[in-house]
Amino acid sequence: MAPPEGLDGGAEVRLQALTKTFGPVVAVRDVSVTIDRGSFFTLLGPSGSGKTTTLMMVAGFAHPTSGDVFVDGKPMAALPPQKRDLGMVFQSYAVFPHLTVYENVAFPLQIRKAPRLEIVHRVAEALELVRLTGYERRLPRQLSGGEQQRVALARALVFRPRVLLMDEPLGALDKKLRAHMQLELKHIQQRLHVTVIYVTHDQEEALTMSDRVAVMQSGRIEQVGTPAELYDRPGSRFVADFLGESNFLDAVVVAAEHDGRWRCRAAGGLEFSGMAAAALSAGQPVTAAVRPEKLVPADEPGAAALGASANTCKGMVEEAIYVGDVTRYRVGLGADGAVVIKMPNRVGSRPPSTGAALALAWSPEDTRLFPRASA
Amino acid sequence: MTSVEERREQRRHLLALAPALVVLTVLFVYPLLGIVTRSVYKSGYTLDLYRQIFRVPVYLQVLGGTFKVSALVTLVCLLLGYPLAYVLATRRPRTAQLLMIIIVLPFFTSIIVRTYAWMVLLGRNGIVNEYLMALHLTAAPLPLLYNQAGVVIGMTYVLLPYMILTLYSVMRGIDPGLVRAAHSLGASRLQAFRRVFLPLSLPGIAGGTLLVFILSLGFFITPALMGGPGDMMIAMLIEREVEITLNWAFASALAVVLLALTLVGFVGYNRIVRLERIFEGRG
Repeated sequence: MAPPEGLDGGAEVRLQALTKTFGPVVAVRDVSVTIDRGSFFTLLGPSGSGKTTTLMMVAGFAHPTSGDVFVDGKPMAALPPQKRDLGMVFQSYAVFPHLTVYENVAFPLQIRKAPRLEIVHRVAEALELVRLTGYERRLPRQLSGGEQQRVALARALVFRPRVLLMDEPLGALDKKLRAHMQLELKHIQQRLHVTVIYVTHDQEEALTMSDRVAVMQSGRIEQVGTPAELYDRPGSRFVADFLGESNFLDAVVVAAEHDGRWRCRAAGGLEFSGMAAAALSAGQPVTAAVRPEKLVPADEPGAAALGASANTCKGMVEEAIYVGDVTRYRVGLGADGAVVIKMPNRVGSRPPSTGAALALAWSPEDTRLFPRASA
Repeated sequence: MTSVEERREQRRHLLALAPALVVLTVLFVYPLLGIVTRSVYKSGYTLDLYRQIFRVPVYLQVLGGTFKVSALVTLVCLLLGYPLAYVLATRRPRTAQLLMIIIVLPFFTSIIVRTYAWMVLLGRNGIVNEYLMALHLTAAPLPLLYNQAGVVIGMTYVLLPYMILTLYSVMRGIDPGLVRAAHSLGASRLQAFRRVFLPLSLPGIAGGTLLVFILSLGFFITPALMGGPGDMMIAMLIEREVEITLNWAFASALAVVLLALTLVGFVGYNRIVRLERIFEGRG
């Protein structure tokens, strides 16, 4: 199915200084971001981070205390939800239990008083899109959770909104089905070129589906970027921790090096280099974050590729946890603490044994430094 | 679950039901059988009493009047109760709780006291008429008491909470997300109500009207005190046969007719609104 006419590009959505307070509690604080037309944008954060409230302000179910939402430049503040023409999929599916699948999907078209023949045609098209052809006469209670969610999706897309809002739509599904639906959603979005704003607390889901992700915490956007940018260059300790896994080492800046690199020393005397987003000063306390898979044993071929400027350390394997495709090792670094490393279980790989000494190497590029309040 | 466990579970359920079953059998089934027997046995089985009921016009008139008043009361309760229950169910729980206490509060006082209170309010020189005349809305006192209007007002007042509670319990179970979803799909408030909330509240309407109607049929105190001579309801007729005429056999026959008509009404109602489909349709 080609993108239906009138949908090319979806709409551009701009959140401008959105703020929402409930009494003394600030749920959303000064959120500004522009979402490109036809892109898949995700608001990612733990519960209570304000991501759902932000989405509800876009949908019109919550009114901003200040700021506004612009869809293709048009301010939304004065419009009730039913006048915004945005599709929405809820976590609870919200499929009408008293209507059949056909009636559910036809609902927005009937409200818009579309001609009968067009309704028949468009409902069929929407059901085909979510692969529910043949389910027209069933009632929601005869459907599985995944099927109900697809009805909700068809219903939200059938009137060809230029923006589709999704509030943790896959939260209630089991892991396998969720992974399947993630790809299906992504494909549908790409096919229709609709702008999607997606809310989730699942970082894996955010990385899999999104063109861009905004990580939220305590009502603010911590960082916006592509999944790779956020993962490889987290802008704060929170992002490094929330998105994927990180090893954290407390250290103190020793000196500036070239190209935005800084030399640091950990409490136990370990010296290493890392990258910081903003200038640091000697003596400043920092936290260094390194992804587990970026730490490699020094005797592996990958370590040699890091070159002479690589960080190195020596430790001892304290614990090995086998998780199928990879094994995770906890490597003790003496007074500097411990790090977790992740090694794929490839053919011919020689896994280190518990208690063995292990030298590790990693790149300064993969070491992110965040200032921390002195301990 | 294994079948042994299942059976044990069933036995436990039966045990829990037992006290209620005993009470119902002793206090309800047994006397009911007695009533039926008394209505058809008078030195030999006979249907004479039933023939009498259906031959003498006054009895049929009373029966017809009873059904008419009950239907009217049910309708008024629904019209008054639905918006109230809607407000209760869609407000914040704390506000709803407070309102609910106010609605249930009258249950704590005697129905006779409350009926007399209405008589004070509605009489020729009652508060309502005095205000109406003081405001020059009416020239003469309105006949609000000792007629059908009085009966309907009094019965509606007593039965309204039953309607509200039934509607409320169903409306409370309607996911507010569904109404939101309707809005997100372009439905105005009215459209969302008509096409989503109203159909989903049908089980409440069905249950509430049925409950109020059946309770109305057997109503006694309010029509006796607030109705006129022409507003006799079947329960009053039965009472007269028991207390004054001392014709218990005939009272029994009347009671059986009331019960039978109620059952017929229930089955017919069930046919029309198909209760089990409505109740099942939720969730």
